[in-house]
Amino acid sequence: MNRTRASGRTVGGLRTLLLQAPAVTLLLLWMIVPLGMTLWFSFQYYNLLMPGMTGFAGLENYEYLLTDPALWAAMGNTLLLVGWVLAITVVGGTLLAVLFQQEFPGRGIARVLAISPFFVMPTVSALVWKNMMMHPSNGVLAWLAESIGLPAVDWFSSLPLTSIVIIVAWQWLPFALLILLTAMQSLDEDQVEAARMDGAGPIAIFFFITLPHLKRAISVVIMIEMIFLLTIFAEIFVTTSGGPGLATTNLAYLIYIRALLDFDVGVASAGGVIAIILANIVAIFLVRMVAKNLED
Amino acid sequence: MTTLVSKTASPRSVSGWRSAQTKRAFLTVLGWSVALVIFFPIFWMILTGFKTESAAIADPTLIFSPTLESYQAVQERSGYASFALNSVAVAFGSTFLALLIAIPSAYAMAFLPTKRTKGTLLWMLSTKMLPSVGVLVPIYLIFRDVGLLDTRTGLIIVYTLMNLPIVVWMLYTFFKDMPKDILEAGRMDGASTFQEVFYLLLPLTLPGIASTGLLSVILSWNEAFWSLNLTTSNAAPLTAYIASFSSPEGLFWAKLSAASTMAIAPILILGWMTQKQMVRGLTFGAVK
Repeated sequence: MNRTRASGRTVGGLRTLLLQAPAVTLLLLWMIVPLGMTLWFSFQYYNLLMPGMTGFAGLENYEYLLTDPALWAAMGNTLLLVGWVLAITVVGGTLLAVLFQQEFPGRGIARVLAISPFFVMPTVSALVWKNMMMHPSNGVLAWLAESIGLPAVDWFSSLPLTSIVIIVAWQWLPFALLILLTAMQSLDEDQVEAARMDGAGPIAIFFFITLPHLKRAISVVIMIEMIFLLTIFAEIFVTTSGGPGLATTNLAYLIYIRALLDFDVGVASAGGVIAIILANIVAIFLVRMVAKNLED
Repeated sequence: MTTLVSKTASPRSVSGWRSAQTKRAFLTVLGWSVALVIFFPIFWMILTGFKTESAAIADPTLIFSPTLESYQAVQERSGYASFALNSVAVAFGSTFLALLIAIPSAYAMAFLPTKRTKGTLLWMLSTKMLPSVGVLVPIYLIFRDVGLLDTRTGLIIVYTLMNLPIVVWMLYTFFKDMPKDILEAGRMDGASTFQEVFYLLLPLTLPGIASTGLLSVILSWNEAFWSLNLTTSNAAPLTAYIASFSSPEGLFWAKLSAASTMAIAPILILGWMTQKQMVRGLTFGAVK
C-alpha cells in the first residue's frame, strides 16, 4: 500500500514535470537570455556606430548614465508620470466604483462606456487626444475654452507632461474602475445595511466599510499599474517624442533613444538594468501579495 | 400592532419615497454624465471618421452630412487591409500558441500539484514583471541577427512569451474552480489523461478557456512597445500603422479617425463581452 502510494506520487511528479516543461523552459529562456545579455552589454563598450571600440568597460556605462543629466530628468518625469496617474486613477477609480455600484437606469451601459478606454490601443488614444481633443486651434478643448471666453491652451508645448498624464490617466482609470467594481461585488450588503440602521451616513459607510473592503484590490491596482506605468512608451512616442527638450522623456523613452537612435548598446543596457531594478522593487511586493492570496 | 406600524410608517414612507426618487434622479444624471465624459473621445473619434477632412477640423458640431470617403481613402491608399491582417495573424497566432503551451502546464498545476507548484506559479508571475524596455536591446539584436526583425513570426514569438504567464494563471484559476469529482469519476471509468483532458476538462472549462484566449487576443492586439520597435513595414500591425499618422503634422483627422475606429472596434466589442472574467487574468486571481 505504502509502496504504491509512493510510486504513484513519483509518477505524478514526473507527469507534472513533463506537462509543465514547455511553459517553464520557454519562460526561463525568455527571462534568462535577454536578462543575461542586458547585464553583459551593460559592462561592455558596444556602440553600433563605432564598431572598432569594444571590450570590457567596467562601470563606465553606468558612470556615463548616472552623470548624464538626461537620466535624472527622465527619472523625475517617470516619477511624476507614475505618481500623478496613480493618484488620479486610484482615487477616481474608487469613487467611480462606488458610483457605478448604485442602482440607476441604464447602469450597465454607463459602466460599459466608462471602462471602454482601457480597450483602446495606446497609439489610438494618444493620437485622438493629441489631435482632436488637445489641438490648440481645432481641438474640442480649445473650442470649449473659447466658447466660455478663456484662452485656448497649447497643451503639448506649454503643459507637455500634464498632457501625457491626462492621456495615460484616461487609459488607466477604466482599469482601476473595472477591478474595483469587481471587488465591490463581494461587499457584504448586510453589513452596509446594518451600519445604515445604526445611523451611519454614506460618508461613514464609505470610509469605515467600503474602503477597508477594497484595500486589497486597491493595492493590487496600484502595483499592477506601477509596473505598466514605469515603462509607458507608445503614448510618448506618437505625441511628443520625449520633448520639448526632455520634458516628457521617461526612463523607457530614454533607453529607446540611447539604443535605437544613438545605437549605444552599452549605455542603453545599463539603463535597462536600472529599469529592471526599479520594476523589481515593486514586483516583490506584488508577488508577496499574490502569494498570500494563493494560501486562502 | 400592524395598524400602528403602518400608521406611523406611511407619512415617513412618502417623504422617504420622494427623497429616494431625488437620489435616483441625481445618481442617473451623475452616472451618465461621468460615463459620457469618459467615453467622449472615443465617440468623437467615431464621429470624425464619418466627416470630410475639412469638416473634421472645423468647429465641433454634431450636425454634418456623414460620408464614407475617409473609410474608402484609408482602404485604398494605405493598404489598411495588410496591417489589419498582420494584427489578426499576430494576435490569434500568439494566443493559439500560448494556449497550446499553457493548457498542459495549468492542468498539471491544478490537478497534479507538487510542493513546487506554488513557487512555479509565482515565478511565472515574476517574469511578467520584467520591463520590456529592460530587454529591448538584446531582443532587438537577436532578432536582427536571426532575421526576425519585421516578421510576423518574430512578433508572434514575443507576444506568446509575453502573455504566457497571464494565460497559465488564468487557466489555472479556472481549472481549479472545476469540481474534482468529475475528473475522478472519469478516471475511475478508465479514461486516460488524454481522454480526461479532451473529453472532460476542455469542454467543461471552455468558457474559461475562451475568456483567457480573448484576453490574450486583446493584449496582443493593443501591444505597442514591441510592435513599434520590432517592425517597420512588412509585419507592422495596426498599432504601428496608426502611429504613422503622428508624423505629418496632421490634417488627416478624418482618415486617422476612420482607421482608428476600424482598428479598435473588434477589440472594444470583445472587451465589453469579457470584462468580468478578464479581471481574474489582469490581477492574477487576486481579485475575483
